[in-house]
Amino acid sequence: MKVLGFLVPMVIFGGIMGFMYAGLSLNPGLVPSPLIGKPAPAFELVKLGDPSQTISREDMLGKVWMLNVWASWCAPCREEHPLVVDLAKRNPVAVYGLNYKDQGPAARAWLTNLGDPYRATLVDADGRVGIEFGVYGVPETFVIDREGVIRYKHTGPLTAEVLRTRIEPLLKELQDAG
Amino acid sequence: MQVDRWWASLILSLALACLSTAALAREAAPASADQALEDRVMRVASELRCLVCQNETIAMSSADLAVDLRNQVRTMLRNGQSEREVFDFMTERYGDFVLYRPPLNNTTVALWFGPFIFLGGGLVGLWWMLRRRSQLPAEEFEADENALGDEESGLPPRR
Repeated sequence: MKVLGFLVPMVIFGGIMGFMYAGLSLNPGLVPSPLIGKPAPAFELVKLGDPSQTISREDMLGKVWMLNVWASWCAPCREEHPLVVDLAKRNPVAVYGLNYKDQGPAARAWLTNLGDPYRATLVDADGRVGIEFGVYGVPETFVIDREGVIRYKHTGPLTAEVLRTRIEPLLKELQDAG
Repeated sequence: MQVDRWWASLILSLALACLSTAALAREAAPASADQALEDRVMRVASELRCLVCQNETIAMSSADLAVDLRNQVRTMLRNGQSEREVFDFMTERYGDFVLYRPPLNNTTVALWFGPFIFLGGGLVGLWWMLRRRSQLPAEEFEADENALGDEESGLPPRR
C-alpha cells in the first residue's frame, strides 16, 4: 500500500513529463494540410513574364511536378532558393513556381539575380490560388503526382535534409510508378 | 482673456476629438456598405483561426492572410452561400485547425473529454483519500505541533 501510494503519483508525474517533453519538439506553427491525398485545386494562372500564356491544373496532368510557392518579399524563400535551383538541376521533376502576392518586376528581378529553377512561374497576384492550396505562409512546397493528386506538402523553407529524406524519395517513387 | 483661452482650448479639443473619431471611423470602415452582411462576415470570421498568428481569429487579426480570408468569407456570403459552406471551404483547405470550435471526431475525443476525465479522476482520488482518512483512528495522525505550543520560541499554543 505504501509502495503504491508512492508509485502511482510517480507514474502519473512521469507520464505528464513525457507528454510535455514530446511537446517541446513539436512546432505549433505547422498545420497538417488536409489536402494531402486530395486532388490539387483547379487553377488557371498566367505565366510570369508572359501574360499571354496561362497554365491550368489540367495542363499538369500526366507529369510528376513540384509547386514551390514563393515571393520576392519573402526572406526565407531566398534562403531555400539555392536548394530549389540545385534540385531542378539534379532531378527530372518539373518544378513550377507560384509567385504569391508579388509585383511582376520585383519577381522577375529576383529570379534574374538568384537563378530561375522553374519551368514556369505562375502569377498569383491576389493570393486566391494560394487560398485554394491552403497556403498560409511562404515558402511552401507541394509535390503533385501524375493524376494531379497532392502527395506531400512542406511548410516553410526547404532544407537539404527534407529534400534528401522526404521529397526526393517520394519523387523517385512517383516517377518510377509511371 | 482667460475666457477666450478657455473657448480656444475647448474648440481645439473638440476639433481634435472629431479628427480622432474620423480617423477611427476610417480605420474600421467596412469593406462593404451593407452592415448586415458585414456583421455576418465578422461573426463567421470570429469563429476562424488566423493561421499566421494562431491565437487570433481572422476577425481580429490584421495579418495579410486574415484580410484575404475575410474577403473570401465576404465574397462567399455575398454570393448567397451559407455559413456552413464557408466553414466547409476553410476546413477543406486548412483543416479542422482553423475552427475555434473543433468538431468532435476521432482525433479530437481526447481534446473534448480529456479535461472532464482528469477532473473526475481527481475528484475520485480526493473522495477516496478523505474517506480513508476519516476511518483512521486518531493515533494515526501526528499531533499538531502548534497545539502543544512551540517551546523554543515561547509562543503560546495556537487555538
